[in-house]
Amino acid sequence: MSVIHANQTLDCKGLACPMPIVKTKKAMDQLEAGQVIEVQATDKGSLADIQSWAKNTGHQYLGTVEEGEVLKHYLRKSSPGEVKEERKHPDVVTNEVLLAKLAAGENVKILDVREQAENVFNRIPGAISIPLGELENRINELKPDDDIHVICRTGTRSDLACQLLTEKGFKNVTNVEPGMSGWTGPTENNH
Amino acid sequence: MEATTGLSIMTAKELTQIVLAHEELFILDVRNESDFNDWKVEGESIDIVNIPYFDLLDGVDDALDKIPDGKKLLVVCAKEGSSKFVAEQIVEAGRTNVQYLEGGMKSWSEHLEPVKVGELNGGGSLYQFVRIGKGCLSYMVVSNGEAAVIDTLRMTDVFEQFAKAQGAQIKHTLDTHLHADHISGGRKLAEQTGATYWLPPKDAGEVTFAYEKLEEGRNITVGNTTIRIQPLYSPGHTIGSTSFIVDDQYLLTGDILFIESIGRPDLAGKAEDWVSDLRETLYSRYKGLPQDLFVLPAHFGKVTELGEGGRVMAKLSDLYRNNPGLNMKEEDAFRRAVTENLPPQPNAYQEIRQTNMGKMNPSEDEQREMEIGPNRCAVHDR
Repeated sequence: MSVIHANQTLDCKGLACPMPIVKTKKAMDQLEAGQVIEVQATDKGSLADIQSWAKNTGHQYLGTVEEGEVLKHYLRKSSPGEVKEERKHPDVVTNEVLLAKLAAGENVKILDVREQAENVFNRIPGAISIPLGELENRINELKPDDDIHVICRTGTRSDLACQLLTEKGFKNVTNVEPGMSGWTGPTENNH
Repeated sequence: MEATTGLSIMTAKELTQIVLAHEELFILDVRNESDFNDWKVEGESIDIVNIPYFDLLDGVDDALDKIPDGKKLLVVCAKEGSSKFVAEQIVEAGRTNVQYLEGGMKSWSEHLEPVKVGELNGGGSLYQFVRIGKGCLSYMVVSNGEAAVIDTLRMTDVFEQFAKAQGAQIKHTLDTHLHADHISGGRKLAEQTGATYWLPPKDAGEVTFAYEKLEEGRNITVGNTTIRIQPLYSPGHTIGSTSFIVDDQYLLTGDILFIESIGRPDLAGKAEDWVSDLRETLYSRYKGLPQDLFVLPAHFGKVTELGEGGRVMAKLSDLYRNNPGLNMKEEDAFRRAVTENLPPQPNAYQEIRQTNMGKMNPSEDEQREMEIGPNRCAVHDR
């Protein structure tokens, strides 16, 4: 099991319903869009409730890790513009095209620019994980001549990553849409 | 204190009385949608809406639009906390006649309502215990200072106190079969009261404790006056399922025959294996019994099955007329009905069976969690 990085940890241990969700909501209001929160709770009912709450509010429920009596829920705050923002990188393929390339055994490198906490619960086998915020500093982990397909959850962060890579001289960069939110191909996880 | 003015508590017992008396009540259930869809408070005069409490964190205005003003309102959640949280806000918004359910659905699931079934020859009485929130039924035979409890539920103190109030000593606890939907209190109650615990041997092959064998024709006497409890082997729901005839008046059918449905044969193995046993029991064995026996099952499926005071009971002859499970002439149609499109299995039914065999020893809290939800032992429970 790898350690999951969260921007904030919220202790709701020992609290009964409704307090875990009440506190999560308050903490979430203070977070920046895209940040990840770890909610520690002992109330078993919090699992189903936090999933439904996230669904109803549009925040992204990443997953839950059980450690003894403690449930650690991971959530990512979504920004309202995440889905609608105008995309700029010209080379775009659909999930299906990428899936076909993988099935055909093409030598494609997949770069996953979601946060590590999103990545551990669900990613394409073999994908390289570099969160968007770290990409500029870690760019030497990638080769400028490789055929790189960039993926995130909905295609927005990967679009920004594609722009950054192109600017840095990468020649063969493609954005994958919509990304992991609609991915039907094989996945792996650490939990 | 000001914030809670006008807010009061309703107990599971009070809610039971409202359901049985067909009193009007509006319920706001604030659990999440999937829990609500799985299982909720039901009653013929009850209106219910589901708005999860986490959709009401910014205020209850949306909920108020859906709650009729002036009607009695009960807010319900899983344990209590969230219903109180929402109910307080509704009161603050100016509504009156607002209550929340003490202990939430957990208490509702555990409440037992005792109902007198009738008198027995020689001065005894037969009582039914209605677990209204889950649809389980237990029975107590009381006669001349002695008592026997049949299909005892986990809440054994209820039976102990009831027997005490009747001035009776519990001498026997009996299970019609190895239960899969709820944890039996038969063994625990027997240990606590020094009674004998009886089980059908064919269901008890893997149990880890001592018990007395329920075998056909072996009578159990309760009290000085003879109230015969006569076991009658009636397989189908489980291979060991045994029915009891009490005082030549009452037929306790366990999970073989219900008022509006019949037992499902798939919870302890493969449905196909026991279909013919089930058909034989329902279409031949029970048919050979006196038709004026009153059938008392171990479950009910719908609140419409609750009769006077909550009692669940019907004459065997009436069931042969009205129960769809007893009116399938073609063997093939019967086979399909009891093996195909069955309702989902009860929550944690495998673990519950292991617990009833003595192979697992979950804590009180874990037992409560395992039993949550409806019983789903009948073929037609949807």
